Amino acid sequence: MSALTVVLDGVAYGMVLFIISVGLTVTMGLMRVVNLAHGAFAMIGGYVAAVALGAGVPFLAAALGATLVAGLTGALAEALIYRPLYRKGELAQALMTFGFTFVVIAALTAVFGSNIKALPLPGYLSGLVDIGYRMYPAYRLFVIAFGLALAFALWLLIDRSLYGARLRAAVDNPRIARAVGIDVNRLFLLTFAGGCALAGLGGVLGSELLPLEPYYALRYLVLFLLVVGVGGVGNFKGSFVAAIALGLIDTSAKYYLPSAAAYLFYGAVLALLLWRPDGLMPARSAQ
Amino acid sequence: MTLRYGGWGHLLPWAAALAFYFFGSDLLSLGTNALIMVLFALSLDLVLGYAGIITMGHAAFFGFGAYVAGVFSIHFSNDPIAGLLLATAAAAVLGLITGALILHTRGVTLMMLTIAIGALVLEVANHLRAITGGDDGLQGIRIAPLLGLFRFDLWGHTAYLYTLAVLFVWFLLAWRIMRSPFGRSLDGIRQNVRRMRAIGTPVWWRLVAVYSLGAAMAGTAGALSAQTTRSVGLTALELLTSGTVLMVLILGGTRRLYGSFAGAVVYVVVQDLAAQADPFRWMFVIGALLMAVVLFLENGLMGLVDLGAARIRALSGSRREQR
Repeated sequence: MSALTVVLDGVAYGMVLFIISVGLTVTMGLMRVVNLAHGAFAMIGGYVAAVALGAGVPFLAAALGATLVAGLTGALAEALIYRPLYRKGELAQALMTFGFTFVVIAALTAVFGSNIKALPLPGYLSGLVDIGYRMYPAYRLFVIAFGLALAFALWLLIDRSLYGARLRAAVDNPRIARAVGIDVNRLFLLTFAGGCALAGLGGVLGSELLPLEPYYALRYLVLFLLVVGVGGVGNFKGSFVAAIALGLIDTSAKYYLPSAAAYLFYGAVLALLLWRPDGLMPARSAQ
Repeated sequence: MTLRYGGWGHLLPWAAALAFYFFGSDLLSLGTNALIMVLFALSLDLVLGYAGIITMGHAAFFGFGAYVAGVFSIHFSNDPIAGLLLATAAAAVLGLITGALILHTRGVTLMMLTIAIGALVLEVANHLRAITGGDDGLQGIRIAPLLGLFRFDLWGHTAYLYTLAVLFVWFLLAWRIMRSPFGRSLDGIRQNVRRMRAIGTPVWWRLVAVYSLGAAMAGTAGALSAQTTRSVGLTALELLTSGTVLMVLILGGTRRLYGSFAGAVVYVVVQDLAAQADPFRWMFVIGALLMAVVLFLENGLMGLVDLGAARIRALSGSRREQR
């Protein structure tokens, strides 16, 4: 196994982690809610796509549908479940969102059964592509390209648009942001729904690496939380760096030291968090 | 706290537990599970309720204690008390080490670190197949008669009383410790860390100490579970177990000690009714309960008890005035 392949696999994995986790860093950083239900939105997206693909819908349309459904569910959840939580403590938030995750898992399993959902890839993505020295799965290249494009688009949106300026203002100091006339509630709703939509999309695109099974929302939640924690809560660029780093660490550990991979991964995460308790790139926050 | 000094109130849960031994003999194994859950939730109450350390990785200590007790009984000695003490000490050491590492952080970071440590312990148990049995769990645990006299019988008589006795000892200890200056300082740390630092409290040490104490207690609970069910599985270490014990504690009410009793009884009954059919219905019930407690029962079941007690007192008070 050549080093370049390991790097490509690691980056592809990191991109999947980034697409899913970027929404979580928004909730935890912007709304200051301990959100343990983020995996549930990725799972909802994956299951919607699985059903749509089973009904013969083309892949990209199914992925779009999954994104929309996850985003709408997110908007609904923000209004019904998260808004009452903003004023409560971390513990209440953790319990409520944890409970919500359980309910989603139980509901999805009751409706769709408890077997693993495979998402068949369309012909143009399932083949191998010649990358010079060997053949490489086209799908993973697609995921990498998509992740890069998304990261660029998010950078434009957050660092260069008026919406982004408002969002950053609200992250830095929600009270002052309200005082200068920013509708923080609406900003929260929109951003939360967007983050959930991306999680749903990530659930679809990442199904090859993070298979859709009944405990998906719990099993990979740890991973998403760690990306956010290592990157720095509330920091988009930090999440990107952390996701790629964790993807590379996990993939290279699995290739070179398969028997110790899990220890290495969690050990590295632990070391990173202890070294930088506020993450690699802590958000500049007023609090 | 209505039960802080109230003498007779203390007898109630223990009398109920003893009465269950005589009248609930068909359900003793269920009762034993409930008592173990009480101990487990009590250990979380020290860490989370009193000291305010939000942990989502408490199952690590429960599972570690269970595995230590199980492995000890298979390979070294099957004396239950020795196994119990060893598991307790081992869990305390694990709590001391991990607590010392992570307790300088706070809030969300701390919670994520507890999750990471929980995941790490689970991975280790999963990989050390030769010792833990991996996915298959630990098989072939044999436990010698308690004190050389009382065999662990098929109906669970010995197991129930053994668990009750261990729970009682730990409860007295926890009761005493939480009323000591040490316990009071934890209360202060939860309410205002800065102020406690300012008056010279060694905050980090106090937190590490209570974390280790809670870990030891959870380790005892795990060891009891291993010894009374004669099996240990990876589920003991899962995130779901950490969530379950949180639910039990919050349902009963934090910082009450007796809250764990109320929460655990409800939990075991509901689990018995809902879980046997399939695990997903069980997840639905836990999830819905968690959400309901946060929305409607902020002080847990013990909050309801307080409310009821206050009503009764108000009623009898007004009667006295009429006379």
